[in-house]
Amino acid sequence: MSARIKFKFRLFVAAGTVNSSQAMVNLHAICRAHLAGRHDIEVVDVFREPQRALAEGIRMTPTLLKLAPGPVKRIVGTLAQTERVLETLGLEAGAA
Amino acid sequence: MKLDRSALATGSRKAPTGITGFDEISGGGLPRGRTTLLIGGPGSGKTIFSLQFLVNGARHFREPGIFVAFEETSKRVAANAASFDWQLAQLQRSKLLFVDAQPTPDLVQSGDFDLCGMLAGLGVQAREMKARRIVFDALDIVLALLPDLAARRREIYRLHEWLLAHELTCVITLKAGVEEPNSITQQPYGFMQFMVDCSVILNHSVVLGVSQRNLRVQKYRGSSFDENESPFVIGSGGLDVAIVRLLGGIDADVTRERVTSGVKRLDTMLGGGYYRAACVLITGFPGTAKTTLSGAFAEAACRRGERTLFVSFDSDGTEVVRNLASVGIELDRHLKSGLLRIMSARNISGSAEMCLVRIKALAQAHKARCLVIDPVSALSKSGNELTAYGVAERLIDWSKVDRITLVCTSLLNEISGQAEGDASLHISSLADTWIHLNYLVQAGERNRGMSIIKSRGTAHSNQVRELILSDAGVTLADIFTAGGEVLMGTMRWEKEGAERVAHEVAEVAGKLKRVTLDAQQAELEVRLKAVQTELIAKQVEKTLLARTTASRKAEILRGRVRMRELRGADAAAPRRK
Repeated sequence: MSARIKFKFRLFVAAGTVNSSQAMVNLHAICRAHLAGRHDIEVVDVFREPQRALAEGIRMTPTLLKLAPGPVKRIVGTLAQTERVLETLGLEAGAA
Repeated sequence: MKLDRSALATGSRKAPTGITGFDEISGGGLPRGRTTLLIGGPGSGKTIFSLQFLVNGARHFREPGIFVAFEETSKRVAANAASFDWQLAQLQRSKLLFVDAQPTPDLVQSGDFDLCGMLAGLGVQAREMKARRIVFDALDIVLALLPDLAARRREIYRLHEWLLAHELTCVITLKAGVEEPNSITQQPYGFMQFMVDCSVILNHSVVLGVSQRNLRVQKYRGSSFDENESPFVIGSGGLDVAIVRLLGGIDADVTRERVTSGVKRLDTMLGGGYYRAACVLITGFPGTAKTTLSGAFAEAACRRGERTLFVSFDSDGTEVVRNLASVGIELDRHLKSGLLRIMSARNISGSAEMCLVRIKALAQAHKARCLVIDPVSALSKSGNELTAYGVAERLIDWSKVDRITLVCTSLLNEISGQAEGDASLHISSLADTWIHLNYLVQAGERNRGMSIIKSRGTAHSNQVRELILSDAGVTLADIFTAGGEVLMGTMRWEKEGAERVAHEVAEVAGKLKRVTLDAQQAELEVRLKAVQTELIAKQVEKTLLARTTASRKAEILRGRVRMRELRGADAAAPRRK
């Protein structure tokens, strides 16, 4: 996979909850390690923008949407299991 | 068991479900603004119960609702519910919202999560549509995704807080093991009991191949409730919970009106016929003309112009018509005119409860005033023994309230012997009039005997009558009791013949005697006349005698005077001293 492709994420969080904070931390760590300089993260707080959560059909928080490159992927949880997250995102664990 | 009447009166504390029977059991519905747990195995009716709660809320109580589907997609739930007469499509626009919350198969999960997203969305939707009720169907699905018990507990707390904040009346359904419907009280969902004010257990079991559904309110904070298991069925209107009339139920109107049994002499025996809205039970062994007797009743009802439903568990409708036509009971034209409806229930397999619901629905659709169930003992077929009694009780209750005259036949088991009665249904104690048909085997013949065992509130004959079926219909004949023996059939006929001859002989003898007496009387009269004539003659003779004596005396006197004159004797006659 080309290293130049830019990754676009949207992370739905419930502000103030432990899970969501952890997800944010984990996502940033993964991006730093594997997608340095080619990622874009939008964080949506479901409490402040419930309509957006509704529109996207977000039921559980935190939920990470990988919007680009396609196909769209959806990961629920704190993103604690890095291997699994990388696999789902189509990133090899060792690749930089 | 006692119903909390005050709770019914202050209905605001409860959100009525509109489910037939359930509101009575729970004293008015589910706790308003609180959470109710609905527990049951697969296919026990949880989804239908909860959806019906929302539908009725939206349709009848102006309480819009949200259905959150964790298991089936809302489309499927709606499609499944289309078979009920709920008009879901109409409601779905503004009063009933389906929210899909199934975890998608391609969902990737990594680590812990919570339900904040869903609740935030639901909060908006609930406000928008002013929802008052909410259902979380199969919450266990999403809870199972949570990594540990602590997380589950945390989400339950979160949900609880959210529900309290939004003041929604909530139903949460949970799957429970088939083996132990009560296993919910143990882990992993046992802790849920703290947040719910009411829990209801639905049970679907198969007894001897027959499906039986039961519902039980396990707990209800701050309210009394019927603690027993109540059978229910899922009919065209959704759940239908069977309840025996509770305390404070309205007594059915009682009437003195009589309706004919279709057999003239039977009416006479009953002092005018059956009571309107009575329950009449006809018991007897196979072939004792139970169907015929009930058919006669049905025909008479149709002739009066009353709509009648005939439920036959034994044979097809056309067979019933043909068979009864052979004894002069013509049901065909009533069938054609639409007054009579025959329902063949031979193929209905299912619980007694289900049969009752179908019969009820049909009777109501037909606006039946008279109902025949032939035989009602079919309700207690294998697998239904336990429930059949309750069903029979409710059948009678219902027919009384709806003022339907009910005639049911009950087959007696040959094996059960000559005992008059039906042990399995105990319907005989509930019936108002009980007619028993029996065979009498005698002199190589089998004849039908009929007697009235009881008839509440009417004078009734204590005599056994012989039931005779012929082309002309059903007739009753007196039986002969001679020397402690009951005679029927040919023997009765012989006896009748013998009696007729004896009567004729006696009549002739009487005539003869009369003639003889006449003759004797005539003779005596003649003699009397002769004597009387003789008497008169004697009297005449006597008078004559007296007269001749007097005249002779005078003659003698005259003679003496003359003689003296002639002799010239002294003028003066000698005087006696």
